[in-house]
Amino acid sequence: MALVSASNGSPLLEVRDVSLSFKGLVALEKVSFHVDEGELYSIIGPNGAGKTSIFNCINQVYKPQEGSILWKGESLLGLKPNQTAERGIARTFQNIELFAHMTVMENILSGRHVRMSHGWISGALWWGRASREELENRFKVEDIIDFLEIEQWRRYPVGLLPYGVQKRVELGRALAMEPELLLLDEPVAGMNLEETEDMARFILDIQDELGITMILVEHDMSLVMDIADRVMVLDFGRKIAEGPPQEVQTNVGVISAYLGTTGEAPIPELG
Amino acid sequence: MPTVTKKVALAFFLVLAALAPIASSIPFYPDFLGHNDWMKLLSHVSIFGIGALGINLLTGVAGQVSLGHAFFMGLGAYVAVVFGAPPGDLWGLGLPMWIWLPLAGIIPAIVGLLVGPAAVRVRGLYLAFATLGLVFIGEWAWRNLKFVTGGAFSGRKFPKFQWRVWKEEEPVVDFASDGEWLGFEITEEAKIYLLMLGFLVVATVVAKNLQRTRTGRAFQAIRDRDIAAEVMGVDEFRYKLTAFGISSAFAGVAGALFASFVGRQIPETWDLFLSVEFIAIILIGGAGTVSGALMGTAFVIILPRLVQDFTEWLSGVIESGEGTLATVADVVVAISADDGGLINTIPGVGPGLSVFQLNQVLFGLLIILFMIFEPLGLYGIWVRVRNYWKGWPFTY
Ligand SMILES: Nc1ncnc2c1ncn2[C@@H]1O[C@H](COP(=O)(O)OP(=O)(O)OP(=O)(O)O)[C@@H](O)[C@H]1O
Ligand SMILES: [Mg+2]
Repeated sequence: MALVSASNGSPLLEVRDVSLSFKGLVALEKVSFHVDEGELYSIIGPNGAGKTSIFNCINQVYKPQEGSILWKGESLLGLKPNQTAERGIARTFQNIELFAHMTVMENILSGRHVRMSHGWISGALWWGRASREELENRFKVEDIIDFLEIEQWRRYPVGLLPYGVQKRVELGRALAMEPELLLLDEPVAGMNLEETEDMARFILDIQDELGITMILVEHDMSLVMDIADRVMVLDFGRKIAEGPPQEVQTNVGVISAYLGTTGEAPIPELG
Repeated sequence: MPTVTKKVALAFFLVLAALAPIASSIPFYPDFLGHNDWMKLLSHVSIFGIGALGINLLTGVAGQVSLGHAFFMGLGAYVAVVFGAPPGDLWGLGLPMWIWLPLAGIIPAIVGLLVGPAAVRVRGLYLAFATLGLVFIGEWAWRNLKFVTGGAFSGRKFPKFQWRVWKEEEPVVDFASDGEWLGFEITEEAKIYLLMLGFLVVATVVAKNLQRTRTGRAFQAIRDRDIAAEVMGVDEFRYKLTAFGISSAFAGVAGALFASFVGRQIPETWDLFLSVEFIAIILIGGAGTVSGALMGTAFVIILPRLVQDFTEWLSGVIESGEGTLATVADVVVAISADDGGLINTIPGVGPGLSVFQLNQVLFGLLIILFMIFEPLGLYGIWVRVRNYWKGWPFTY
């Protein structure tokens, strides 16, 4: 598939004129952008700008009223959320959405769901494909646990873990899907400096070593400016700027979006 | 606990359970377990254990609260009777157990899959109400399908536990009469207990395997975070339906075994109270775990028996005479119509609670206490006890 899309020149993901509203409240208004293979694309914007809504449209959790979303040239609209996962799109959530009663190991294994195929009969009898797949996939999960440096927590129920570790486990669960596109919704929100640096390192490793394309939604401007290849700025559901980080940073529109109209508040993040 | 220790402990426990029928000939083994009424009680636990594993998969693991369990148990029982009972005034095909028992699981599963799409589209309490409707429809149907069920308050006889190849006179293995096995005199009750224990072991292995593999994780994912589960690739609708179907199969088998175990059942057996009993079992045992479901079952089935034994013992103390104990017992138990007391051993007479009512009050209290103090149920208590003793006598 990757070869086909590369040869016909269409981007990995293309969002065209997508509009979404909730009972009159406009969340997205004719938003268009595309993400190329291997790219680290970032979406920034103030609270309520519509960043999470874009992810929910890509996942088909929300159904946009207008526009189109193309994955390797084929429409994602009308699919069920689990079918977007089967296509190769993975996701982490702004407010951690781990499976609270499962251990770290089980949470990440649940990310392997799309990569396994045994049904309930084989599972119930622990026979044939089930036992083989379960054992093989445990090794894959161990690799991810090593990669994210969370060995010591493997057997803990995730509900008991510190916030920063939970964020990592959620990243692990998404990585377990071996996705082609990874949607990260504020991966460093609420983290201290050290945790943020670790996370930035993981994100860069994911891009370089695993070659996974990413869309990063983040409020931490310094992180975005450091690692993103291209940045889109959203405000009130509209795209107001797009380009390389340095270019966008100096864009007047961005500054006013973050400052509001009075222009009085200092904006240290932009520095 | 290391898995080897766990396996050894489990094997030991199983051997002990299997030896119960010959308890009196084993030194140090609690002798009373081998008595026929305890054999019956333990059979009852095994059968309800299978039902509890089913509701646990649906409600405990997949998070879908269902009150329809009694309906599927009844359905399983009537499938068993139609295929297994000898032909006569009522429908019966007289087919052997290896046919009627699997069908008692398969047909309820199919019916579960047929009504499931309507049920699993609704969430939470609404699902509970939708499945409640099933129980009422079932009760109405069972009362009216007289040629299958025998009709209200009369019921019919269910097939015996006899293993036949086809329809021959003499069963290959007869669980329904006393006899000698491997040189031991084994009563009918003990034979049936061993058979039920065998079925429970199979059901437990299946439930445990389901829970620890892909399907079980999908169930838990839906329970814990439905939207995240979908975004991770779990087809929510399909897996809810799967949970509904599998749970119905467990219920159907448990219902068929229960009806045959008791021998005769009336349509009123499969009522809302039975469904609630299963919810109580997993709440008390600890929803979501196999061992919790089994502990809850043992507790809920054995407790009433202990309460009854205890009140009978108290009555005996009163009758046997004087002393402080007799005075205290006299306050607690009423043994005749004009005798005051909290518990009434003569049903329908006097002001006290009957033993049955006392049990219901106890269960109500227990459910409330568990929900407040130990939401993980008996399983949670067990984990704490286990962790306490884990390092004993060494800490590691
Ligand atoms: N399910 C929903 N129902 C109604 N309104 C919604 C829903 N989801 C989002 N919205 C609204 O759409 C707008 C965009 O929300 P969204 O969550 O996409 O913003 P965001 O950019 O992710 O903001 P934040 O930085 O706070 O996460 C907001 O006004 C929000 O209230
Ligand atoms: Mg958001």
